[in-house]
Amino acid sequence: MFKNNYLYRFVVSRQSNGIKGLFLILFLFLVTPSVGWSKEAIPVAEDPIIEKRMLALTMDLRCLVCQNESIADSRADFSNDIRREIREQIKANKTDQEIVQFLVDRYGDFVLYNPPMKPTTILLWFGPVILFLIGLGSLIVYLRRRRVQIEDVSLSQVQLERAEALLNENKKGKNV
Amino acid sequence: MMRYLIPLVAFIVLAAFLLVGLTLNPRQVPSPLIDKPAPIFQLNHLHEPDRLMASNDNLGKVWLLNVWASWCVACRDEHPLLVQLANSGIVPIYGLNYKDERNTALQWLKRYGDPYTISIVDTDGRVGIDYGVYGVPETYVIDKKGIIRHKQIGPVTVDALQKTIIPLIIELQKQV
Repeated sequence: MFKNNYLYRFVVSRQSNGIKGLFLILFLFLVTPSVGWSKEAIPVAEDPIIEKRMLALTMDLRCLVCQNESIADSRADFSNDIRREIREQIKANKTDQEIVQFLVDRYGDFVLYNPPMKPTTILLWFGPVILFLIGLGSLIVYLRRRRVQIEDVSLSQVQLERAEALLNENKKGKNV
Repeated sequence: MMRYLIPLVAFIVLAAFLLVGLTLNPRQVPSPLIDKPAPIFQLNHLHEPDRLMASNDNLGKVWLLNVWASWCVACRDEHPLLVQLANSGIVPIYGLNYKDERNTALQWLKRYGDPYTISIVDTDGRVGIDYGVYGVPETYVIDKKGIIRHKQIGPVTVDALQKTIIPLIIELQKQV
């Protein structure tokens, strides 16, 4: 980076356009190879059918190294290895279930983005439903209470007379 | 009174859950292989590539399998401890050189010391997948019947050695 900056300033500071152009070309040579020489793309599997199945499987598998990515998304070495393993197993005519079981046996349920229903995961599966029911219950209770609160309050005859007297008094006062 | 108390209690419960969550290590994925037979392997030695070591050779003794690589920085942290443990003669340590290059691995051992009874090579990481390795270093305690009794994820520490690993090894060595 320093090298490029230095060169850039050097090129800019020159007065002669010819030299400037020459250095600009040199400068471009320095900068462009980084694109041209980048690594060759790794060939995607020979067989698109296998690749499709592998991708569908790995979408729901967690990369253990880069935890918030699926194995399908991740570029980590770990995920590369798992993808290779899955491709090989697909070629060996293993079913999707067998392949997933193979990984669960080695890495535990944690590799699955869809956790299986088990005594330890019941709260995970039904927790949201329970929270929703609690919320719904409190809403119903609240609405019922509010209905009582906003119901018209009926006044007794005595109270009405008193209110009228007070209002009249007010009117009289204003007139004066 | 209840009106203010309920949200307060709810908040405290939530805060307590989050607080406990902070102390958990998301990288510590419990291995499903604990108390299961250690996956069988047959791998080439690192020092003498034409010799093979089979995991079954170790039946009848308690041993450690330490997964390491020369590119792994944390391995350097734990390495002096492994050398000390090997010198103490408490337990034989076998090194699984994981996805590494032979020459750099040999140099690395020369430089930092070689605690391993035998080093074996897993160049493409297949045995690593069988053992559920997802990061290096990892260390397995395997008993006389070839069953995995403990997995240390990440570098071995003095604390882990004193509190867990060594007591467990001594316990396992007493078993027939």
